[in-house]
Amino acid sequence: MTRPIQPEIPSHTLPAATLDPQTRAKREEKIQVAMIALCGCWGCTLSFLDMDENLLRLLDKINITRSSLTDVKRIPHRCAIGFIEGGVANDENIETLEHFRENCDILISVGACAVWGGVPAMRNMVPLGECLKEAYLDAPTAETDAPPRIPHHPDIPKITTHVYPCHEVVKMDYFIPGCPPDAASIFKVLDDLVNGREVDLPTSLIRYD
Amino acid sequence: MNIRITLDGKEIETTAGTLLVDVAADNGVYIPTLCYQRGKPCLGTCRACSVRVNGNVMASCTVPVAEGMTVEVDAADLNDMRKALVELLFAEGNHNCPSCEKSGRCELQAVGYEVGMLVSRFPYRFPPRTREHVAKYIWLERDRCIFCQRCVEFVRDHETGRKIFTIDDRGTHASIEIDVALADRMPPEQVREAAELCPVGCIIAKGVGYDKPIGQRKFEVKSIRERTLERSRK
Repeated sequence: MTRPIQPEIPSHTLPAATLDPQTRAKREEKIQVAMIALCGCWGCTLSFLDMDENLLRLLDKINITRSSLTDVKRIPHRCAIGFIEGGVANDENIETLEHFRENCDILISVGACAVWGGVPAMRNMVPLGECLKEAYLDAPTAETDAPPRIPHHPDIPKITTHVYPCHEVVKMDYFIPGCPPDAASIFKVLDDLVNGREVDLPTSLIRYD
Repeated sequence: MNIRITLDGKEIETTAGTLLVDVAADNGVYIPTLCYQRGKPCLGTCRACSVRVNGNVMASCTVPVAEGMTVEVDAADLNDMRKALVELLFAEGNHNCPSCEKSGRCELQAVGYEVGMLVSRFPYRFPPRTREHVAKYIWLERDRCIFCQRCVEFVRDHETGRKIFTIDDRGTHASIEIDVALADRMPPEQVREAAELCPVGCIIAKGVGYDKPIGQRKFEVKSIRERTLERSRK
């Protein structure tokens, strides 16, 4: 790789429109909630959106900060609840997960990938070298006009040897299985937490697929 | 002979020698099972039906009831122990429900829901296991085998009575094997039965795949708890 490394400008340091103090104060009173996806398909994030009008009802009490819905790239201030979708498959995932752990009081694994690795973890049975070889060197879609190579650049996150469930990297407080979980399951857990009840997912809302 | 036993603090009357797991079901107490099937000889391999009998933990499918027995099923430590046993099975093999044909009609999955498993407390092993697809009508997805031995004992060649499935080796090297010559002369009905007998998605009938839409699958229509208790009322 010969391309010089550009100085990194994190998006959260870029100038942004300032909120009027009233709205800001109102938002800061609420329970701060964040959600991010690591190595997953964002299906669980869609389930989060699928809460539909339930989500609107909760918005009186919660404020969604960093998430794919709001496009906020860093957690701006300490959060009460953090939802994590996806397992850990590269060094950027580890960094993001640790950032969430440091900035959230409660961290929740959402979906099969976060809970045990999910579909990406199917590569755990194959040595990493073989996986990369299959994906980039022997792939039918590999470039034909250039010698086949495995991409390597400081800007590309380094892939981990295995895909790990989130709780094997940091402490996770709650788990919502499913691929993806129903919006009802996510709502039940969020509603329990927001209203200070003990989190209890009934049998009818547990599913692994 | 009629006898009396105490089940979760309630005195009940039953017949001596009946298996404890059945007596419990008959009295509305669901005990999860993975290897045991009512009416078939007990295997006692999965231990998911563990309860406390006169102070000792034992698999309720292996216990014939006797006069004066005190049985505990619903206790915090026992519920957690049964849950741990199911979690062990999920950590031991590769149980990827989203990509499994048996999902929704899988007994391991259904029992997982009943014991309230959300995640396994044990580290997931991801063992490399090869698939066996040589047989004409049966596909063996070894990732999902829980070594319950149902197929080993109950699926036999109609002509010779010989076993079609066997477990080879021991411990982490254990592997479910199929006698291809015998398997290839299984009538379609027996292939279907074998696939249904498997509590997980290990024995798969070729050419079937996903045959029911999500929401209409066996344990979605009626949970394994309802099915077990309902069967006992008949």
